[in-house]
Amino acid sequence: MEKIFQKLALSSASLVFILLVGIFITLYITAKPAIDEFGFNFITNSDWNKDVALESAPTTELTDSDDAMILDEDDIMLEDEDDMMLDDEDDISTKTIYGGLVPIVGTLLTTLIALAFSLPIAMGIAVFLAEIAPKNISNVVGVAIELLAAIPSIIFGMWGLYYFAPIIADLFGGYQVSLLTAGLVLGVMILPFMAAITRDSMNTTPAVLKESAYALGATKFEVIKDIIFPYSKVGIIGSIILALGRALGETMAVAFLIGSIFVLPSKITDPTISIPVAMANNFGEASGLGESALFYLALILFIISFAIISIAKFYFLKRAN
Amino acid sequence: MTKLITVALASTVLFTSLTANDVLKGSGASFPYSVYQKWIKAYNKETGIKIDYIKKGSSKGIKDAKARAVNFAGTDKPLSPKVLKANNLHQFPGVVGAITMGYNLPGISGLKLSRAATVAIASGEAKYWDDTVIASANVGLNLPHEKLTFVHRADGSGTTYNFTYYLSKVSKTWRKTYGAKKSLNWPGDHHIGGKTNSGVAALLKQTKYSVGYIDYADASNNNIAMATVENRAGNFIVPTLKSFQIAAAKATLDPKKDFYAVIADPKGAQSYPMVAATFILVPAEKPEMNKRVTAFYSWCYSNGQEIAKGLGFVPLPKSLTDKVKTYWMQKGIK
Repeated sequence: MEKIFQKLALSSASLVFILLVGIFITLYITAKPAIDEFGFNFITNSDWNKDVALESAPTTELTDSDDAMILDEDDIMLEDEDDMMLDDEDDISTKTIYGGLVPIVGTLLTTLIALAFSLPIAMGIAVFLAEIAPKNISNVVGVAIELLAAIPSIIFGMWGLYYFAPIIADLFGGYQVSLLTAGLVLGVMILPFMAAITRDSMNTTPAVLKESAYALGATKFEVIKDIIFPYSKVGIIGSIILALGRALGETMAVAFLIGSIFVLPSKITDPTISIPVAMANNFGEASGLGESALFYLALILFIISFAIISIAKFYFLKRAN
Repeated sequence: MTKLITVALASTVLFTSLTANDVLKGSGASFPYSVYQKWIKAYNKETGIKIDYIKKGSSKGIKDAKARAVNFAGTDKPLSPKVLKANNLHQFPGVVGAITMGYNLPGISGLKLSRAATVAIASGEAKYWDDTVIASANVGLNLPHEKLTFVHRADGSGTTYNFTYYLSKVSKTWRKTYGAKKSLNWPGDHHIGGKTNSGVAALLKQTKYSVGYIDYADASNNNIAMATVENRAGNFIVPTLKSFQIAAAKATLDPKKDFYAVIADPKGAQSYPMVAATFILVPAEKPEMNKRVTAFYSWCYSNGQEIAKGLGFVPLPKSLTDKVKTYWMQKGIK
């Protein structure tokens, strides 16, 4: 029995690891045609799905690999369409360029806005619930926060589009759907995670510590600042990491609110696009190199989330400990 | 315990294999999804036959049909006879739909959009509502000097394909620069994208001084004002079911070419220009299965008229459905 239990536990743990590695490998393989084609320029190029004149001879492309075959097949389809409608154009002399700068910037900016908006509020909620509010109020608000976390993202998207976006546009000007709207709604979505986990970790502060501080004449503010926050640091950082993970990958709500155009925003009320939204919007109709470029974006998102979360984890948690 | 599990497993396997044989599977175009869905429901009520149609988009539909992953596939982009032959597929039209230009201009109704104006709006050249390219067709209207916002689909869609196809037919420059695509990197700096037709509808409703392309059903359900658009003959046509029908009747879909044609911008003095036919692909080597598919569509042609009209789609005219039926007969799939 002991052995079986050990094996079961081990296999469940290794399953996660295998899945993670497996996802990474499949992403890499499907993204390979785009990686070969665009290389690291993909990250700095802001043109998505843009036709440009082909400089190199098409024959060198065909010998590349089997992705060239897929592209070739698509070109035949296009050419077929052409002899019906595009009579005076030879589509073979152009190729389509994909660059991921806009969605990458969009993802990072929305996450940043969401975090900047929700972090102070979440801390306020947590402090209020853990230390200030009387028990019955604390329970009611606590349940409300947890319910907020259970709302599906599509509902946040619809609410944001129909009710929240017009208010934001009235207050800040610009379009209804923008970086700002998407970031704020995203902030509301990650708020409950941060607030609930922070509250729980604040609640673990031993009463002895707090009481001794009070006995030494500390005010409530000083106790919160000097005892509770340092004590629950690890939990707070953990909650931020969890919230970051959700904010980076959130698709549905952001898809309705970000405006979905491949243009770098010049101000905060401009519409733009994020990586998950680009994938959700374009996957259905993507083929060939376009599909591969989407997988390249997915791979980049994977690496971004991985990097941010591991930096947060190793750097901050080490310092906290 | 193990016995119970085996029984449960066996019965689920049996059950799924039974239903899998029973259900006709389709996938593809999302443009006609709403009407297909209602047809399938009504057909199921009457005959008990189950059909599954999943909207994946036209490109995925074509892929599925080529890979024989489904019994039939929907596509907004017709395949040429050459491609059909190479992949051993048959093709026929399913239904005709229309795209309208919805707009939000406070205090102004009865907007007219000339062909040049539609292209100028889509390409981002018309930046203000009182731009001469728009104003010249709207002499009576007092168009404001307000920034124009163009609303388009954010996700890849057959609606976009059909709209850009129309633009390509209208403007040579558009054809050369952008062509007909299911998703487009829209030019200009004053446009926003909405997810799905309902997303576009919401943005049109909320954004003052906006204009965008949207299917007729969503525009009329959301009380969005629809512009009168100039057709090939130079007449301004109000988007109504009747003008769509006139346009559909003018469409030249030839069974000899496997109905390979996009019907946008048809001839005729009273035809509404932005119409689109959507197509069905079936694998040629499965006549028995295809007979079930054609039975469904044949039912839809004759009984699905009211459902289609309710959703803003145009049932195929009788002359065309007769041609389709002969086509089925010739291919041995009726």
